[in-house]
Amino acid sequence: MSPVDDERLAPRSVVRRLLARPELGSAVGAVAVFVFFSIVADSFLRASSLGTVLYASSTIGIMAVPVALLMIGGEFDLSAGVLVTSSALVSSMFSYQMTANVWVGVGVSLLVTLAIGAFNGILLVRTKLPSFIITLGTFLMLTGLNLGFTKLISGTVSTKSISDMEGFPTAQDLFASHWTIGSVDLQVTIAWWLGLVVVATWVLLRTRAGNWIFAAGGNADAARAVGVPVARTKIGLYMAVAFCAWISGQHLLFSFDVVQSGEGVGNEFLYIIAAVIGGCLMTGGYGSAIGSAVGAFIFGMTNKGIVYAQWNPDWFKFFLGAMLLLATLLNAWVRKRAEAAA
Amino acid sequence: MNDLTKDTPAPAPAPAGTPLVELTGVSKSYGNVRALREVSLEVHAGEITCVLGDNGAGKSTLIKIIAGLHPHDAGTYTIEGEQVRHTSPREALDRGIATVYQDLAVVPLMPVWRNFFLGSEPTKGRGPLRRLDVAAMRGTTHQALLRMGIDLRDVDQPIGTLSGGERQCVAIARAVHFGAKVLVLDEPTAALGVKQSGVVLKYVAAARDAGLGVVLITHNPHHAYLVGDRFILLKRGTMSGSHLKKDITLDELTREMAGGSELDELTHELMRRTTTAPPATDPENPA
Repeated sequence: MSPVDDERLAPRSVVRRLLARPELGSAVGAVAVFVFFSIVADSFLRASSLGTVLYASSTIGIMAVPVALLMIGGEFDLSAGVLVTSSALVSSMFSYQMTANVWVGVGVSLLVTLAIGAFNGILLVRTKLPSFIITLGTFLMLTGLNLGFTKLISGTVSTKSISDMEGFPTAQDLFASHWTIGSVDLQVTIAWWLGLVVVATWVLLRTRAGNWIFAAGGNADAARAVGVPVARTKIGLYMAVAFCAWISGQHLLFSFDVVQSGEGVGNEFLYIIAAVIGGCLMTGGYGSAIGSAVGAFIFGMTNKGIVYAQWNPDWFKFFLGAMLLLATLLNAWVRKRAEAAA
Repeated sequence: MNDLTKDTPAPAPAPAGTPLVELTGVSKSYGNVRALREVSLEVHAGEITCVLGDNGAGKSTLIKIIAGLHPHDAGTYTIEGEQVRHTSPREALDRGIATVYQDLAVVPLMPVWRNFFLGSEPTKGRGPLRRLDVAAMRGTTHQALLRMGIDLRDVDQPIGTLSGGERQCVAIARAVHFGAKVLVLDEPTAALGVKQSGVVLKYVAAARDAGLGVVLITHNPHHAYLVGDRFILLKRGTMSGSHLKKDITLDELTREMAGGSELDELTHELMRRTTTAPPATDPENPA
């Protein structure tokens, strides 16, 4: 199909076209953060630091991808952070209590985690309550269940080590291995992260489901009126969050072989921050998976950059908050410029 | 999931003279609110049926029943002679009833071409490689709009950047493209200026000339009379009149819609003592 020729259309330059992308603001922000830490922290530019920064980015990034999709679909998930811990706890405790092959626990965990995601989604479309309330409820419930079950079963706040159990080494290969290339140590989570970004971008921009996600978040009533299965789309999005929580949870389990039941609280906001920095609108209908990856990368650089700069890490949250505000402002400014130019 | 090609095979043609859509004595209640009572209307191919009424007359309820958003409680709803009872908009769509809502028509942040195919996206490839046929979607959108006489600057722009009239036209063009047999338009001119309204009415007429049956919901009798063939008047949930165009003049339609004697009273009340404007010649109160 030939491009549309019209004399009213000035040819759009590559720059203009870039300006209209949702992830542009975050990309500019990422460059700024990178330059900043390159100047203030000598060791930041070392090759070995890259692996560390990417690892920190990937742990947030794996979850930021589905959370971004969910935000484009117009909803939040506040239970995403503790769901990661729940997922790790289920596979660890199931394998240990049943003295089963670790893979059985991993499989059971996948089913349970997906069921929790489906529960969030179904409750949302059935009750039509705001997702903020529903997932705040599941967040608190899961926090309680994580602690309660763990103490009930193992007597302490952490699970028993499963490192000597059957299947552990192969599961560790999949979820918590690493390769060394030169002086760079690359964790397998980086591959998971980038893979998820590619898949999510493909789904979002090139499949019917992607079209439905944008429509469900942009104008759910209009979408329903033209026959888009909005309810099914939203339930699917919550299950995608659950699936990624399962990956994150298994990584948590197999990199330490025990799980602390109180972990994960507060991480849900990091995922949302990454998605918002990456250009997702809080109101839905706009954003990108690549943007969420850039947002997660900014998080990773800040997280580790502060360490390399030998600052007191107590200040980290302050920088993260300031970064969120600046990135969002920059985003808004860039978008306004882009719209004026278009 | 279906491809849009499913729209093409037409069912066996109904016997000539059978209305595309026929409602007989249709009623609908929400709890104890009787929103619609005993309403009947006919929609024929190549004709425009106008539904007129003031706010709260039951126009929205009627449109929701036709569009499949709500099922009706009583009466019959037939499409080409076949009795139906829709529980989702998809069912109505699959039977060729396309509805264009005033506010619900589009997703503002999405490009025009994505909006055009929303819910009926064509795909190519297979298995995990099944993907949107983006080039075809862009091209078809431009062609389909051009056929309706809409020359859009750029199908990639977010549809929210179009004017209200243009958005309505895109929605109408979409319905025509997907082979709708009946087009239901909810107040397409309500929020528009005079010129924009004219443009939209032109596309409504174009859809009619393409052989579609059109239901035009409006509270503007002037717009209705310009294009309409049949007029249904709704008042407080009931049908207060049903006319063919040859049986009624614009003045009569306007008067009847405004409620005959009520209008006289209003004229009387509003008339300044100094002015001499007499109330319009006395018609019978149709209500």
